[in-house]
Amino acid sequence: MSVISARMLRRQAVNALALGFASLATLTGLIALVWILGTIVVYGAAALGPHLFTRATPPPGVEGGLLNALLGSLMMTALAVLLGAPIGILAGTHLAESGGRRRGVEIVRFVNDILLSAPSIVIGLFVYEIVVRPSGHFSGVAGAIAMAMVLLPVVVRTTDETLRLVPVSLREAALALGAPTWRMVLFVLYPAARAGMLTGLLLGIARISGETAPLLFTALNNQYLSFDISRPMANMPVVIFQFALSPYPAWQAIAWAGALLMTLFVLLLSLGTRAMLRAGKA
Amino acid sequence: MTRSPMDANALRMPDLAPADVVAPRIMIENLHFYYGALEALKNITLALPDRQATGMIGPSGCGKSTLLRVLNRMYDLYPGQRATGRVMLDGENIISPDADVNILRRRIGMVFQKPTPFPMSIYDNVAFGVRLHERLPRAEMDERVEWSLSRAALWDEVKDRLRASATGLSGGQQQRLCIARSIAVRPEVILLDEPTSALDPISTLKIEELIDELKTDFTIVIVTHNMQQAARCADQVAFFYLGELVEVGPAAQIFTAPRQRRTQEYITGRFG
Repeated sequence: MSVISARMLRRQAVNALALGFASLATLTGLIALVWILGTIVVYGAAALGPHLFTRATPPPGVEGGLLNALLGSLMMTALAVLLGAPIGILAGTHLAESGGRRRGVEIVRFVNDILLSAPSIVIGLFVYEIVVRPSGHFSGVAGAIAMAMVLLPVVVRTTDETLRLVPVSLREAALALGAPTWRMVLFVLYPAARAGMLTGLLLGIARISGETAPLLFTALNNQYLSFDISRPMANMPVVIFQFALSPYPAWQAIAWAGALLMTLFVLLLSLGTRAMLRAGKA
Repeated sequence: MTRSPMDANALRMPDLAPADVVAPRIMIENLHFYYGALEALKNITLALPDRQATGMIGPSGCGKSTLLRVLNRMYDLYPGQRATGRVMLDGENIISPDADVNILRRRIGMVFQKPTPFPMSIYDNVAFGVRLHERLPRAEMDERVEWSLSRAALWDEVKDRLRASATGLSGGQQQRLCIARSIAVRPEVILLDEPTSALDPISTLKIEELIDELKTDFTIVIVTHNMQQAARCADQVAFFYLGELVEVGPAAQIFTAPRQRRTQEYITGRFG
């Protein structure tokens, strides 16, 4: 009897201890997150206003907003998605559908994982060497190419993984009706994997919208509103980087507002992703 | 098409006529099949009579599902799997590399063990195969979908929600949808790979009744682990063991008076 109760006590103690550590770890993470979000909201909200969306980044001492940076980021992100997503989806489809049949597939999958974890500053330098230097100046195109290269491995990976989750029986069922492989992929596999593939794309967009390092070497920045993608282009991360480090309180306020806007954007993307995953499951 | 229903019916004897009296739809001759170096089917020769159901029974790994997957060249998808011999359909060897697999698979449909509804509406599921092979005006496609769902005994249950997602149907309904999808392309042969093993008894009964009904138009090949099912559904039964065709004959004879000892032992449950 006493042996059992002693063992019970020990179990309860270990349980309490483990639970305590787990809660502590969670709390630490949560505190950090709330602290970051709180700071951004407090400083960012104070600087929010319609002027952010109507005026370009100002010279020191002048009132201004983030219009050029917002539009620049939007354009470059869109271009990066147009460049990176189709290639990524096609490559991911190839990896999943050639079914480990060839050694090449494993090699490409491995190389893609390396690209996925490549420091983004390396990608920035690379695009600087192959696009910016030959063309003689920074440009929005170079920025979009760098962003596409960050996006690409994310899309390849998620496409590959979600397609491989689709049961073999679904593929065979489509082929058994006499469907050629491309129709099977397009009309059966993609709809079946849609939620997962879109999630990957949104995660990729969230990732590139915050990247600063690749843009420093490629799009650089532009003080004025510009729609010319062959010229240097304003963008949120680099503007935040420059304005936050500046000595001017007005610039610092704009940087805070920009940080808040970007955080909200990523939050919305993430909520959209979750909603889509739920819809995909239902 | 050299299909000749008149001749087949004329030759068909009432009740216990031996299966080989009916003209074969598919003639399998000296078929060998290999998974890499492993020989999974050994010298199979078997006639599948037109518009009759052939049941294939035998313990797991005996080669019955493998044979089914030879008949629509499903093994083509997997490198290292190959077949030798002849499988004749209308005077054409369907396992020859020259045969067009997409046309072959239109003529020989397949229903799988687990229901495989596509992630689209009920209507589009049925229309999917038809759209691959025919370009039908809207009204004709509607007719074809209704015809297929009616033949699969599903029309009354889904006619008011054709645009709803097929994945929302019950397991038994999904399997009947898969049968409707197969017959929508108007194949000549339907292969069923343990079609009721994932279903409840009521759904199983419905599918079995359906198979009986489909025999008037289609040649049926059904792989099953359930010997009562083979006895109920099949006209001709083939017993496989370790990659060999041990015995084939009319269902009544196989289950009451098997000629081979191994068949006797299997159907009486002594192994398998």
